[in-house]
Amino acid sequence: MATLIEELQGLFPGVQGEEGVDMPALVVPADQLLAVMKELKEKRGFNFLTDLTAVDYRDEDRIEMVYHLLAVPEAKELRVKVNLSRRHPEVPSLTAIWPAAEVQEREVYDLMGVIFKGHPNLKRILCPDDFTGHPLRKDFQLNAGEGRE
Amino acid sequence: MAVAREDLQTQEIELNMGPQHPSTHGVYRALLTLDGEKVVKVENIVGYLHRGIEKLAEDRTYTQVIPYTDRLDYLAGMLNNLGYVQTVEKLMDIEVPERAEYLRIIMAELSRIASHLIMVASMALDVSGWTAWFPPFRERERILDLFEMTCGSRLTVSYMRIGGVAADIPPGFLSALEAFLDDLPQLIAEVNGLITGNEIFQARCRGVGKIDLETALAYGLTGPNLRACGLPFDLRKARPYGIYDRFEFDIPTLNNGDSYDRFVIRILEMEQSARIIRQAMAGLPDGPVMAKVPRVIKPPKGEVYHQIEGAKGILGFYLVSDGGNKPYRLHIHSPSFVNLGVLPKIAEGGNIQDFVVNLASIDIVLGEVDR
Repeated sequence: MATLIEELQGLFPGVQGEEGVDMPALVVPADQLLAVMKELKEKRGFNFLTDLTAVDYRDEDRIEMVYHLLAVPEAKELRVKVNLSRRHPEVPSLTAIWPAAEVQEREVYDLMGVIFKGHPNLKRILCPDDFTGHPLRKDFQLNAGEGRE
Repeated sequence: MAVAREDLQTQEIELNMGPQHPSTHGVYRALLTLDGEKVVKVENIVGYLHRGIEKLAEDRTYTQVIPYTDRLDYLAGMLNNLGYVQTVEKLMDIEVPERAEYLRIIMAELSRIASHLIMVASMALDVSGWTAWFPPFRERERILDLFEMTCGSRLTVSYMRIGGVAADIPPGFLSALEAFLDDLPQLIAEVNGLITGNEIFQARCRGVGKIDLETALAYGLTGPNLRACGLPFDLRKARPYGIYDRFEFDIPTLNNGDSYDRFVIRILEMEQSARIIRQAMAGLPDGPVMAKVPRVIKPPKGEVYHQIEGAKGILGFYLVSDGGNKPYRLHIHSPSFVNLGVLPKIAEGGNIQDFVVNLASIDIVLGEVDR
């Protein structure tokens, strides 16, 4: 797996590698995400988008997109992360590569407020349309009595 | 004689199916655009059951999250328990006692059978096979009784713990389980006689909602729905977790990828689950059912992703720990949510009657879709 990371770094200079507890991870700049994902899907065997989510690191003023890929049928796993600014979290949509991303990106938009550029139908999915705020942000007030941001 | 004329235009209408509708299996709404009986467009509208479990988890200790997982896929609570506790164990590197591992397998596979029984019963009901509802539910009761005698609860089991299981099985459990497994082939024969072989059922389901393998993978379809497209991909074999690598079982596949195959594959999988349970019963060792874990669970700082083969497909948990006693972030990847995303693709262009069949054959559970 280390060779995969090195080869990708040769192709995409902005990519960084990490050894995780459970699987290796790539940290990719947002503008290279589509190209890296295409390469992983078409040439490296990671043909299955198994999960897509985001984490709010409020203290570090960033939101991290986390993608988990799976090679089917060998079941190799890979994590791809993208750091976004917390004020304007914007990342290219993966719907053109994996239609599976469509509902999951809507979920992340709804709950975390990340904008996916190129998504065909980016609107709330779990919360009602007239809901304000993004509940999974760390500064979202859980207690209704305290008012929302 | 009436002749269908191309130049006669009909107006498209929009029809809300759900959120209160017997065939939506919960509070789910499909906004259908219809041209006569033909479905032109489908929009999934979900979220009626959204409880914010991921957010709630950030304010609970690691152990307190377990009861919430029961309420994801509430037809297979044990499997959700298993996925979550294994995620925490993976991050903390906890070794689970042998007996607990075997009990987990037995409970997980029983849950899978229970979930598949519901699918089989309700899909028959959705095409008006009223009689066929009862035999699967009759046998499912016996699984729920087994859960009840072990942990006191039938659906919201909360049986698994970080480091093992909550309680050992009571006396009489194994003999009741044995009797259930002995009767299972008879039930399957009954179901096959009543539903699978039924001419009307076949006419309603064969060729309806066909998905080819490439589309299935692109849309992230997993579990029995994927295996009905011909790919023998099952995490229990491809990436064994727990002690699944010790058991002998087959991964049934079918090749048509239509609603009928998605129905039949569930029946075939029940047989395999029964095989696994029998082996687990034979190998069940004595010993403790809980590992020595700290009273306060504090995983080290870090992140982990763990996925298991749930009843409806791949169930994943992404956990981020900041070293405290509560999860910093817990994301639940639910198979039903993603599987539902393929429904517009397969239902558009078909008839409205087929829409019900398509929805039933994908087998969603709204607790898991909405979380």
